[in-house]
Amino acid sequence: MNTFKQPNWLDPAPFLEGVERINTLNSRIPTGPLEQKWEKHKGEIKLVNPANKRLIDIIIVGSGLAGSSAAASLAEMGYNVKVFCFQDSPRRAHSIAAQGGINAAKNYQNDGDSTYRLFYDTVKGGDYRSREANVYRLAEVSGSIIDQCVAQGVPFAREYGGLLDNRSFGGVQVSRTFYAKGQTGQQLLLGAYSALSRQISKGKIELLNRHEMMDVVVIDGKARGIIARNLVTGEIQRHGAHAVVLCTGGYGNVFYLSTNAMGSNSSAAWKAHKRGAYFGNPNFVQIHPTCIPVSGHYQSKLTLMSESLRNDGRIWVPKNLDDAQAIRNGELSPNDLEENQRDYYLERRYPAFGNLVPRDVASRAAKERCDEGYGVNKTGQAVFLDFASAIERYGKTEASTRNLKSPTKSQIIELGKAVVKSKYGNLFDMYQQITADNPYETPMKIYPAIHYSMGGIWVDYNLMTTIPGLYAAGEANFSDHGANRLGASALMQGLADGYFVLPYTIGDYLADEIRTGQISTDTIEFEQAENQVKATLDKLINTNGDIPVDDFHRRLGLIMWEYCGMSRNEKGLKKAIILIKKLRDEFYSNLYVPGDVNDFNPELEKAYRVADFLELGELMCIDALNRKESCGGHFREESQTDEGEALRDDDNYTYVSAWEYRGDPSDPKLHKELLKYDNIEVKQRSYK
Amino acid sequence: MQFTLKVWRQKSQSSKGAIETYHLSDISEDMSFLEMFDVLNDKLIRDKKDPIAFDHDCREGICGMCSMFINGEAHGPGRNVTTCQLHMRSFKDGDTIYVEPWRSSAFPIVKDLTVDRSAFDRIIQSGGYVSVNTSGATQDANAIPIPKEDADSAFDAATCIGCGACVATCKNSSAMLFVSAKVSQLSLLPQGQTEANNRVQRMVNQMDAEGFGNCTNTGACEVECPKGISLTNIARMNREFMKSSVG
Ligand SMILES: Cc1cc2nc3c(=O)[nH]c(=O)nc-3n(C[C@H](O)[C@H](O)[C@H](O)COP(=O)(O)OP(=O)(O)OC[C@H]3O[C@@H](n4cnc5c(N)ncnc54)[C@H](O)[C@@H]3O)c2cc1C
Ligand code: SF4
Ligand code: FES
Repeated sequence: MNTFKQPNWLDPAPFLEGVERINTLNSRIPTGPLEQKWEKHKGEIKLVNPANKRLIDIIIVGSGLAGSSAAASLAEMGYNVKVFCFQDSPRRAHSIAAQGGINAAKNYQNDGDSTYRLFYDTVKGGDYRSREANVYRLAEVSGSIIDQCVAQGVPFAREYGGLLDNRSFGGVQVSRTFYAKGQTGQQLLLGAYSALSRQISKGKIELLNRHEMMDVVVIDGKARGIIARNLVTGEIQRHGAHAVVLCTGGYGNVFYLSTNAMGSNSSAAWKAHKRGAYFGNPNFVQIHPTCIPVSGHYQSKLTLMSESLRNDGRIWVPKNLDDAQAIRNGELSPNDLEENQRDYYLERRYPAFGNLVPRDVASRAAKERCDEGYGVNKTGQAVFLDFASAIERYGKTEASTRNLKSPTKSQIIELGKAVVKSKYGNLFDMYQQITADNPYETPMKIYPAIHYSMGGIWVDYNLMTTIPGLYAAGEANFSDHGANRLGASALMQGLADGYFVLPYTIGDYLADEIRTGQISTDTIEFEQAENQVKATLDKLINTNGDIPVDDFHRRLGLIMWEYCGMSRNEKGLKKAIILIKKLRDEFYSNLYVPGDVNDFNPELEKAYRVADFLELGELMCIDALNRKESCGGHFREESQTDEGEALRDDDNYTYVSAWEYRGDPSDPKLHKELLKYDNIEVKQRSYK
Repeated sequence: MQFTLKVWRQKSQSSKGAIETYHLSDISEDMSFLEMFDVLNDKLIRDKKDPIAFDHDCREGICGMCSMFINGEAHGPGRNVTTCQLHMRSFKDGDTIYVEPWRSSAFPIVKDLTVDRSAFDRIIQSGGYVSVNTSGATQDANAIPIPKEDADSAFDAATCIGCGACVATCKNSSAMLFVSAKVSQLSLLPQGQTEANNRVQRMVNQMDAEGFGNCTNTGACEVECPKGISLTNIARMNREFMKSSVG
């Protein structure tokens, strides 16, 4: 039994050499009991009256779930909103790709769910590294999200009775996930996009698609606008506003290969960081256990197979090394192995949660088996995700609902396949399209891949960054997920931030801006920022070396995956820092970007983003080096139990790392937001 | 595998375009079509030539960004796939492959294979939504049960990814399949009923204003639609339109 020891705030953690110890961050959490904080805060927040809202301009960068929902809500309230996205349409933001579902504590299944339970699961799932008050608020508004989406016409899956259906996701023991087949993100985003479109048609939102934010402009310590680039013409523009909201998504692509879209990037966040926004927990990234394995060096991205599949799929590898070898050589088919020749290692190691352990646990377990030589594809980096028993189980139920008397085995299988198809059809098709294997007949092969960034721009309870007037929402902020996010909670957080949190909290700041008047872009700060952007672009295009930007990106990805991926140690991280610096030097001396600055130039866009990844990657390693404990997605080899499970160090690391940029990416300063748990008992996580 | 690629190159909307020929070898059959383009672009860049501009983002068939007209078919051979999900194993070693942009006056070319599809966004802005505010003052989601069949049909229509393959395929450049998918989704659900008449009128007007052509029921769009959006949606929209004109 592990009992919780109160962390000793007076004796802070041992730090990296040269890093100062200060605890100055104020997360502005309202006082009062947990359940009353949000209502109380809403009651006390300063308001902007409707007539004055018309005098206020807000820039939203990003049109994913967070950006679209925030923009629509703020425009409805009367603010003037500009929305930026780099895709050709706001509907193509990466939220569109989310598959499995969205959580909400509706307790429609009557299985004991509640706001507290969702709060509890999220804090525990995040390995006790998230902020209690934020997570509770998230759980509290989760139900309204579903109401809102249904009102917009989002076609969630329903039961035969016409009521909403739910499924289960990893790390929880209730069924609280709402879904629309394997396309939940698409349906939710199209809902938010429709709300956004409605406000565009009313003239309350100006949409700037194919525009990229290049920098934030800070005047007298406040965010006052952005520099943007029209990606079609190359024109550099100034946009002023009373507040800027970054909803720019996650930075998983620092690893080059990830489940993120090709364009997903960290630049907006990184530029904000360089202007003074602290970066929270940069090393906390999520590795998703069920993705299609890498097939070749040309690979451009990895495809997720939704976590919902773990509801029905069983994960295994052969019990014997010889069988694994034979399967790798193509001499044996997985279907040839009897039950007792298979190792359902998650069910074996974690009987209470089985295949539904959280993502970090499932990923590490897969790596462990493959490292031991049990991998099942050519590269030895894959495990099976098998639907045979689900097909049989569903087939039997279906046969009995249809009153089939003594159905044959093949009838059962056919019926079962139809059920599985109705649940996961599009995912199975996608798998088959990519691998040319039929997952209805042979088990899928899967392997962990980078998927989500829990880390991000540090924000206070109001979602404001350390730059007044600059906000961050959705995956871009360091978020409510601590060191590990539970499945189906990112969509929930994006929409909670955009529909229900930011529209209130931003008023607290803007109430003092009603007399400011329009923000002029004719200032020295705008000019300097613009010149800096132009200089950076010129530098990239004039380097005139020989190597295309993708080459650098791929190499950075390999360094990150090797040393700052599924497991980390001091030696490796220190090595990675050196390698990244070298790569950065080479980038600025041997990069080749074709084309022109004043033109549609996708290679230049990529170079601008990879330049930032090359700095963020180093910060991630610095952060991982500082955190000598294992927690959530961050597994430090030096900190594990005898059974190889992650071992947290609450005495020394119950805090959020918030890094301040001070002129050199290799020399950030650490600030700590100490985390306190008053409403939840802190324990070592156990899913056994 | 080896291929000869014949690709449409056009510097900008106003300049004249032409087909250019490229030869590629060492292509794996497991590569996606876009990864094959990555290899080609890598080669062009290393030779200090201008790489081919094409739209793409998710590379998993859901964002609707990729848009290549391959050997005379939108998104190339095979049904229900987008260009990013097309793999080289769908071609024969030594094939010559023609790649062109979506062609429609409503989708002007930005560069090479990249086109401007914002006309689709403007059609949605004209009425493709339910007019409900995001205030949180909505009723409980389970207050209105919706028959599973209706919810499922609405979902099927709602899976349109806005790629524009239907327009690119249609000899009239009609956007009927795209527009009808949204109209159908909302007309199948109780939430959108009150504005149904207005919605269909406004969306059809906007579609015409954008310069999309008329639908002459050739059905080509349904064949090339990567998401299997069915022609029955067009029939449903026509009924909705008639109803709204009468009522
Ligand atoms: C394959 C996949 C499946 C997933 N499935 C689930 C799931 O089932 N359930 C779940 O809860 N979560 C899931 N997630 C996670 C979830 O989808 C994301 O965390 C979430 O959608 C992020 O939303 P967002 O609004 O923060 O950012 P995004 O949707 O990524 O939007 C980012 C926006 O920012 C814009 N942008 C970025 N940089 C700039 C710039 N410099 N200038 C201008 N615009 C910029 C982009 O154009 C885009 O509009 C999944 C993620 C992936 C990758
Ligand atoms: S209807 Fe089909 S082809 Fe047309 S835009 Fe939608 S998904 Fe693409
Ligand atoms: S790149 Fe997103 S659908 Fe093809």
